[in-house]
Amino acid sequence: MRTANPRTIVIWTLVALVGAAGWTVLALSRGEDVSAAWMVAAALGSYAIAYRFYAKFIAYKVLKVDRTRATPAERLNNGIDFHPTDRRVLLGHHFAAIAGAGPLVGPVLAAQMGYLPGTIWIIAGVIFAGAVQDMVVLFFSTRRDGRSLGQMAREEIGPFGGAAALLAAFAIMIILLGVLALVIVNALAQSPWGTFSIAMTIPIALLMGFYLRVLRPGRVTEVSVIGVALLLFALVAGRWVAESSWADTFTLAPSTLVIWLVAYGFIASILPVWMLLAPRDYLSTFMKVGTIALLALGVVIALPTLKMDAVTDFASRGNGPVFAGSLFPFVFITIACGALSGFHSLISSGTTPKMIQKETQVRMIGYGSMLMESSVAVMALVAASIIDPGLYFAMNAPAGVIGDTVQNASQVVGSWGYQISPEALARAAENVEEASLLSRTGGAPTLAIGVSEIFSQVTGDGLRAFWYHFAIMFEALFILTALDAGTRVGRFMLQDTLGNVYRPFKNVSWKPGLVITSAVVCGLWGYFLWVGVHEPLGGINQLFPIFGISNQLLAAVALAVCTTLLVKSGRLKWAWITGIPLAWDATVTLTASWQKVFSSDPKVGFFKQRQVFQDAIDRGEVLPPAKSMDDMHTVVTNSTVDGVLSAVLALLIVVVIVDAARVCVRHVRRPALSTLSEAPYVESKITAPAGLFPTKEEKEEEQRAVTSATSAGTQ
Amino acid sequence: MRSLRRLRRVLSSVRWYVRELTDESAYDRYVAHVRHEHPDAPVPSRRDFERMRSDRQEADPRQGFRCC
Repeated sequence: MRTANPRTIVIWTLVALVGAAGWTVLALSRGEDVSAAWMVAAALGSYAIAYRFYAKFIAYKVLKVDRTRATPAERLNNGIDFHPTDRRVLLGHHFAAIAGAGPLVGPVLAAQMGYLPGTIWIIAGVIFAGAVQDMVVLFFSTRRDGRSLGQMAREEIGPFGGAAALLAAFAIMIILLGVLALVIVNALAQSPWGTFSIAMTIPIALLMGFYLRVLRPGRVTEVSVIGVALLLFALVAGRWVAESSWADTFTLAPSTLVIWLVAYGFIASILPVWMLLAPRDYLSTFMKVGTIALLALGVVIALPTLKMDAVTDFASRGNGPVFAGSLFPFVFITIACGALSGFHSLISSGTTPKMIQKETQVRMIGYGSMLMESSVAVMALVAASIIDPGLYFAMNAPAGVIGDTVQNASQVVGSWGYQISPEALARAAENVEEASLLSRTGGAPTLAIGVSEIFSQVTGDGLRAFWYHFAIMFEALFILTALDAGTRVGRFMLQDTLGNVYRPFKNVSWKPGLVITSAVVCGLWGYFLWVGVHEPLGGINQLFPIFGISNQLLAAVALAVCTTLLVKSGRLKWAWITGIPLAWDATVTLTASWQKVFSSDPKVGFFKQRQVFQDAIDRGEVLPPAKSMDDMHTVVTNSTVDGVLSAVLALLIVVVIVDAARVCVRHVRRPALSTLSEAPYVESKITAPAGLFPTKEEKEEEQRAVTSATSAGTQ
Repeated sequence: MRSLRRLRRVLSSVRWYVRELTDESAYDRYVAHVRHEHPDAPVPSRRDFERMRSDRQEADPRQGFRCC
C-alpha cells in the first residue's frame, strides 16, 4: 500500500478547496454580480482533480495501460504518418485537431438558459463523459494499429452496426457543414469589413501554397508568419474598405453569400490539397491557438463580471428564442463540443494513435486535450455571459420574432424581462462598426462581441471594433477550412460506398468520380445552408438542435464501441466507465429526437409545426413569423425534412446501440464466440514519460536507456 | 554568460517545439528514418518528399482532418 506524502495531501486539499469555492459562489449567488473568476476556479479545480484521480484510475485500473507494450507508432514506424511523437508535441497536434468552432458556438447559444446549466454540463460532462470517451477510444485504437471508429465498429460489433455507424457519420458530416456555413453567413451578411477580410484569406492562402510548393518546400513556420502578418493586414484593410466606395461590393445579402460559400466549398475541394487546404490549415491553426491563448489571458487579466442570470426563465418554460425546448434535454445537445463530442472520436481513432509513443500517454493526450477544449468552452460561456443580456437576446433571436428595427427589438426583448434601450442597441452596433447586430444568430457574432469586450478591457476601447472583426475572422477562417476538409471527407465516404456499385469510383483520383461526388456533397450541405438562410422561423433555431443531436449521436456510437470493447476484452466490471455516459447520452439525445419528432408544442416538434402551418395554408391564412404564402410553404417543407431527418438519425443510432448490446450479451453468455482484433503484444524498446513532467523513476529509466545505448554503440 | 547559455537553450527548445508542431521537421525525420532503416535506399529531395506527403493527404482526406 502506497502512502501519500503530506505535501501531496496539502496541495490536493487546496485544489479541492479552490474548486469547491468556485462552485459554491456560482451556485449560491442570485441577483448579484458574480465575477468570471469563480467560473474559472470551479473549472480548473474540477479539471485538476479529475485528471489526477479519475483519469489515472481509468488509465491504470481499467484500461491497464502497459508501458512495456510497443505502440503502432513504434512497431509500424514509416517516418511519415506512423512515427513516435514527443508527447508535448502530440498534445498540441491533438488539441489543435479537436478544438474548432464547436466549443465556441454551442456554449454561446446555451447561455439563453443562464450560465449555470451550461457551466455544470461543460465541466461535469467533460470529466465523466467527453474526456473519458476521447481517452478510451484513443486507447482501443492504439491497440488496433490506429483503426478508425468505423472500422472498429465493423470489426467489433458487426457489419450491420458498422454500416449504420458509417451512414450516421456521413449524415452528421453533412449537417455539420450546413450549420457551420450558416454560422458564417450570419456573421458576414451585410458586413463589408468581415466579408473583405475573409475574402482576402483566399489569395493569401494561394500565395502561401505557392511558396510552400515551389519556392521553399516544407518551410511551414516562415510561411505561416508571413501568412498571419498578411491576414492581420487584411483585417486592418477591411476597415478602410468598409469606409470606402468599395463597401457596396463587399456588402452581401445572406442568399448571395450562400452561393459564394457553396461555390467556394466545391472549387476548394477539387483543387489539389497544397493550393488552398494545406496553407489555410496552417493559418487557421496558428490563429486558433493564438486566439485561444489570448482569450485565456484576457479572461484571467480582466476577470469580467457575469451579467447574464444564473438560470433564466427560458430554462423551465422551454420557449427560448435562441432554440426551443426546455433545459432537459436541450442544453445537453446544444453544448456538444466542450462537454462531449462525437467528432473527437474520429481524431482519437485516426491520426493520433499512429503517433503516440507510449500507451501510458493516452491519459495526457486523450483526457488532457479534452480538458483543454472544455476550458475553451468555459471561456466562450464567459464571453457570452458578460455582455448585456438584452443585447444577447437581441442578437440571438430570429428576425421573425424581434423584427428588424432597434425599437421593435428593444420592446420584444423587454417583454422577456431584459431591458435594453433602442439607443443602446444601436450604439453596440456602432461600437464595432457594423450596420446592425439584430438577429446575428449562430453564436459567432455574440462570441465576437464578448471577446471584443474582454480584449478592450485590457487594450482600451479604441480597438473594440478591431477585436470584434478579429474574432469573426478567426472563426470564419477555420469554418471555411472545415467546409473544404469536411467536403473532402464526405466525398471520400461517398466514393468508397459508390465504388461498391460502380468500380471506378473507388479510385479516389478518378476525375469524373471526384467532381460528381464533390458536387453531391456540396449540394447536400448547400441545401441545408440555403434552407437555414431562408427559414422564416430562424435557421439556427431550427437546424442547431439537429446538429447537436447528430453530434451527440456520434458520441453514442463511439461510447457504444468503447463499452463493447471493454466487455469483450474482459473488463465487464468496468463497463460502466463508458456505459453510464452512454446511457446518459442516449437518454438525452433520444429524448431530444423524440421531442423534435413527436412533441405537441409546435415550437419544438417538427411534425406538429408542419401540421399547424399546413392547416393554416388550407384555411388560406398566413401565420407569423411567415410573411407570405411562400413562407408558409417553405416552413411546411423544411419541417418535414427536419422531422424525417431527426427520426432517421435516431433510428440509425438505436440500431448501433442494440447491435452493440447484442454483441455484449453474447460475449457474457458465450465468450468463446467473440473475437477480439487486438494487435499482438510486442515489447517496446523506447522509454518515454507518461505525463507532462517526467517522474523521478522515469528520469532514472531514461538515464539508464541512454547509458546502455551509448555503451552498446561503443562496443 | 550562464544566462546567455540558458537563453540559447530556451530558444532552441522553442524552435524545436514550433518545428515539430507545424510538422516542418517532417522531412528531417523521414530522412533519419530512411537512413536508419534502409541505409541503401535513396533519399528523396525535400521537394519530392513534401509532394509525396500532400499526395497522401489527397488520397485519404481523413488524414489530418480537423474537428468542428
